[in-house]
Amino acid sequence: MNLLFDAIAWILDPANWSGAGSIPQRLWEHVSITAVVLVIASAIALPTGALIGHTGRGREPAVRVSGGLRALPTLGVLTLFGIWLGIGLTAPVIALVILAVPPLLAGAYAGFESVDRRTIDAARAVGMRESQIVGKVELPLGLPIVVGGIRSATLQIIATATLAAYIADEGFGRFIFQGLRTRDYAEMLGGSILVIILALVIDGLFAIMQRLVVPAGVRASRTRELRSRPTRSRAVVGQPITEGNQE
Amino acid sequence: MTWLWSNLDLVGELILVHLALSVPAIILSLVISVPIGWLAHRYRWSRGVLLSLCALLYAIPSLALFVALPPITGLGLRSPVNLVIALTLYGIAVIVRTAADAFDSVQPEVRQSATAMGYSAAGRFWGVELPLAGPVLLSGLRVVVVSTVSLATVGAVIGVQSLGSLFTDGFQRGIQAEIITGIVATILLALALDWLCVLTGRMLMPWSSPRRSRRPALSDVRSIEADPA
Repeated sequence: MNLLFDAIAWILDPANWSGAGSIPQRLWEHVSITAVVLVIASAIALPTGALIGHTGRGREPAVRVSGGLRALPTLGVLTLFGIWLGIGLTAPVIALVILAVPPLLAGAYAGFESVDRRTIDAARAVGMRESQIVGKVELPLGLPIVVGGIRSATLQIIATATLAAYIADEGFGRFIFQGLRTRDYAEMLGGSILVIILALVIDGLFAIMQRLVVPAGVRASRTRELRSRPTRSRAVVGQPITEGNQE
Repeated sequence: MTWLWSNLDLVGELILVHLALSVPAIILSLVISVPIGWLAHRYRWSRGVLLSLCALLYAIPSLALFVALPPITGLGLRSPVNLVIALTLYGIAVIVRTAADAFDSVQPEVRQSATAMGYSAAGRFWGVELPLAGPVLLSGLRVVVVSTVSLATVGAVIGVQSLGSLFTDGFQRGIQAEIITGIVATILLALALDWLCVLTGRMLMPWSSPRRSRRPALSDVRSIEADPA
């Protein structure tokens, strides 16, 4: 436990909160690289996934690509781009984009696919154009799953950005590798704790967002479902049965 | 290619080391997850708690977990056991969810018939529920196999030997062939273990039609959930 206290002391040490390589600076780097990668990867994966989910064409190759990329070791991709492109942020950004595309793609096509075919037929029958079906029917209904894909992609980027500090000078991962080099376990553990907090906070934000994007109509029917569920416990904790004593 | 031929021994040795890290983690996570998944399936109150815990665990970046585990386990940072524990935790995070779904997929009528035929609770679990949950469980296991083999390489940056050592060594010495060899070896190892799982599954569960086990795993529903890198 001593080690843990050392790490917390390291995090709280004012010396680590200002200047070059301080905690706020590393946080900013970590968050901004995550955001940049997420935007680039989303620009590639989300429209592609939406198209696949909407048309149902190209599903097999997309499944295979996003599945096959799972087996790709992240560290291998990072180091390979590291020696190809040298130091700097280009290598980690490209590697991170490659690794973030599969979950985004999978989320996008799964989301668009999840929409009931009858709903889409109905939308077409009332005269909606294809673009309206995509934008007004499939997107809102599939959005929770699409956001789910963005959520796991973001977590993956945060995790891999930590690892990317091995090949570039960025993010919370620097603390881990610096501590490793100088045998300063407090710094390593402190950096790890910061990364874990960051990941959990972002995950929590996405969890909230995932609830918020559920369309009102879907939410309404879900609530009704909850209420109509018979609760057995109520019979037990409800009014005690009064015997005799009735007027 | 020349790099590979002159370092064949090293690669072979690292493959064995890599197997020694990932196979125990995969087996342990399966053995631990099945009872937890069953609990999550059986009791409604536990489902939310257990599955959220798993989701939280899965959200933790792997490198951070590798570093954060030693004070909890009392092991050294470079201990392979430390890495096996971390990989097992990630495996559990994935399989518990699938296991809960797998037990859910057993039809209540089947369960009731088994009870009516006189199966005890334990007998019903081993004789009816587990075999019927098997195919879904297998799909979760296959996801874990692939991600564990890939994830084990990350240990190399903190000094735990594995195929990932080819990445760190290749990066430090600027040998592109070494890194590519590592990537290819890792993928082949993952595919080989995955194939082994499918084969074992077919032997143990001949009733699951070959049509249904037609390679869904790498790409099954879980592919939405990325690896914790």
